[in-house]
Amino acid sequence: MSEQTLVAEDIIKTRFGEAVEADGRKGYEGYLVKREKLVEVATALRDEFGYDYLSSVTAVDYLPEDKIEVVYHLFKSTGGPSLVIKVDAPRENTSVPSLVPVYPGAELQEREAWDLMGVKFEGHPDLRRILMWEGFAGHPLRKDWREAYFEEEGKPFKSRWPDGHVYRIEDKNPFAKNVDYPAGFDPESWVPEGEAALYAGMGAVDVGSNLRTDHVVVNLGPQHPSTHGVFRMVVTLDGETILKLKPVMGYLHRNHEKIGERNTFLQNMPFTDRLDYLSSMSNNFGYALAVEKLMGIKPPERAEYLRVIMAELTRISNHIFAIGMFLNDLGAYFTPALYAIQERELILDIFEAVSGSRMMCNYFRFGGVARDLPEGVLEKIRSLVVDRLPRKVDELDLYLTNNEIIRARGEGVGVLTPEQAIAYSAAGPVLRASGVPYDIRRADPYSIYDRFEFDVAVRYHGDVYDRYLIRMDEMRQSLRILQQAVRDLPEGPIQEGKPQYQVRVPAGESYGRVEGPKGELGYYIVSNGKANPWRYHVRAPSFINLTALETMAVGDKIADAVAILGSIDIVLGETDR
Amino acid sequence: MSNEFNTPGYDIPPEMQGQVAITTLDKIYNWGRRSSIWPMMFGLACCAIEMICTAASRYDFARFGMEVMRPSPRQADLMIVSGTVTKKMIPQIVRLYNQMPEPKYVVAMGACASGGGPFKEGYNVVSGVDNYIPVDVYIPGCPPTPQALLHGLITLQKRIDAQSIKSVRWYQKEGTEVVPVPVLGPDIMDPREYELIRKVAAEKLQKEQAAAETAAAPTA
Repeated sequence: MSEQTLVAEDIIKTRFGEAVEADGRKGYEGYLVKREKLVEVATALRDEFGYDYLSSVTAVDYLPEDKIEVVYHLFKSTGGPSLVIKVDAPRENTSVPSLVPVYPGAELQEREAWDLMGVKFEGHPDLRRILMWEGFAGHPLRKDWREAYFEEEGKPFKSRWPDGHVYRIEDKNPFAKNVDYPAGFDPESWVPEGEAALYAGMGAVDVGSNLRTDHVVVNLGPQHPSTHGVFRMVVTLDGETILKLKPVMGYLHRNHEKIGERNTFLQNMPFTDRLDYLSSMSNNFGYALAVEKLMGIKPPERAEYLRVIMAELTRISNHIFAIGMFLNDLGAYFTPALYAIQERELILDIFEAVSGSRMMCNYFRFGGVARDLPEGVLEKIRSLVVDRLPRKVDELDLYLTNNEIIRARGEGVGVLTPEQAIAYSAAGPVLRASGVPYDIRRADPYSIYDRFEFDVAVRYHGDVYDRYLIRMDEMRQSLRILQQAVRDLPEGPIQEGKPQYQVRVPAGESYGRVEGPKGELGYYIVSNGKANPWRYHVRAPSFINLTALETMAVGDKIADAVAILGSIDIVLGETDR
Repeated sequence: MSNEFNTPGYDIPPEMQGQVAITTLDKIYNWGRRSSIWPMMFGLACCAIEMICTAASRYDFARFGMEVMRPSPRQADLMIVSGTVTKKMIPQIVRLYNQMPEPKYVVAMGACASGGGPFKEGYNVVSGVDNYIPVDVYIPGCPPTPQALLHGLITLQKRIDAQSIKSVRWYQKEGTEVVPVPVLGPDIMDPREYELIRKVAAEKLQKEQAAAETAAAPTA
């Protein structure tokens, strides 16, 4: 432990005394906070210590110790490493004070922890299920909760490996389907809880005018061409003005974390591809970092460069696609998107050449990457990043940036102030478009990003137009990084040690985060030394950026809701996981 | 074009060739339908991105008369189920399917829609959309490449070519059945299975009670 952290530890101990206690378990970091002191400690950490950015909230079910631990990762918005605080709670009647009054960005994350882990957050303004529906039986991420298709605690399952006693799990289920019902359940007497709780919060709002008007509640989605997938918004309207907006999600909740805890560490790598399916390489990156941190290994030089090249290519392909789709939302139907997809296809060609797949690359390994560049690919990348893409970004810029429609629909719409952006834990382009120059590649550098010369793109208005501009800026900065990386790419091995199918991960916890195209993508992993992670949590930027959606949209027109959502750039695979 | 139809075995006099086509009703009916399939603009997950790429310039399924994607199910002929079907989403998917007018087709694009795919074991995942609605073409892949999707769509066209106006379900007397919309209960419930659900749940209760009795017996 370095001197600096020791000093920090002393300061925190003297400030809070009995309320906190350093986490002494091997492989763990941070502080255990007494439950009743949590709000007090968090407020002081925010106001006195500068930890104003709550990155991730999650819970871990320590079944053998019969407790549930809620874990908070705090950062300073000026940069630097994390401060982790944890709160213990019993497994029965689990309850913890809510941190929403201190960090509004905890709102959706606490709802998720309630939904999947059954942690009641006292004082949460709207504690409903978020990914599953009201009425679903149980809290599925608890370790003793089993899905209908449960086979074994960990993979590889015996039904598939190694003796060939293959059966289909459907054959073991009486419904031949992935369903299970409580004992003695009678479907005919079941009254669905429906969405009364959701709509209850959407009623009339006093708009402070003496004119009596009726408010309309409108549903957008989950099947709607401009919600970027199966996202749903419920809005209360006064005329065309939005008074309230509630995001509804979970329509693509595919149990990433539960499946991840049954998988071995390496088996999770292809699953991370499918989180934010537009930028699979970045997802690989974050997960590889988190596990490498636990294992204490580092990839060799060439692999580091390859990782950076792939991650930055991903950023470009994501942003260019996001801009195309954003223009769709504004009504420039599909023409800009065709230009964008054309360039994206060229990047996908490179991904296909190096990894074998266009979208689901599964390219990173712990301590390296899967394959070296095939012959001729480096030349392709070079001509793309030196010659073609800079021209094409300029071309898009020329066609779009000063377009009257984009300016009229973007400027001053969906404003998020810097204070709000930090409070709501917004990340990535959303945060930086609000004037907060927070980029993890600079604020808390990982891999070899400290070697490259690039600027952190910042814009200051926090509106839809700036969130569009910042993606243009970031593509240009990514091209700068790529040009340097392609120039400096060294020869050498691409994997530390021998590639292994089954890695040994020592017990402990780690939080690996990268600046993904959508924002801070973090992986919180708890290992107990076995083949499967004990806890595997994804801090998904698309999900957490939606916490600020209501703040951005209230006061604007209903048509702007679509533009605002498009400017956040969500991907439902990551939002719902 | 006329040569494509002129196959029922009638001789056309030389002076009429190129001006007259003799064909069967089935042939021209199927040709018309399969050359202008309107898919529903309906994306679920990763596969939807490949579907967008298939619609874009490099692959361009407009070449098959399919570029008119309709966001409304009322105007669509084809539902491409592109992605993981979750239990929370399946009521909406069934509702959309019911809202599509006949003739309608369903393509299950990718591993998830066909059988659950990598997420099959998940508690919120429906292992295959065909558990609820009938599927015409399955496309393997995770996600299927645009070429695979095109192949699937061409396969669908071939299927349409093989249909006959006398036997298609939408011209039958009884009409088509509406698929009952699943209900969100403690788990997803198919109204067609209520009887079975009650039976299995009752058996489970009996088993639990028996286990409780045997556990309690020694102390009593």
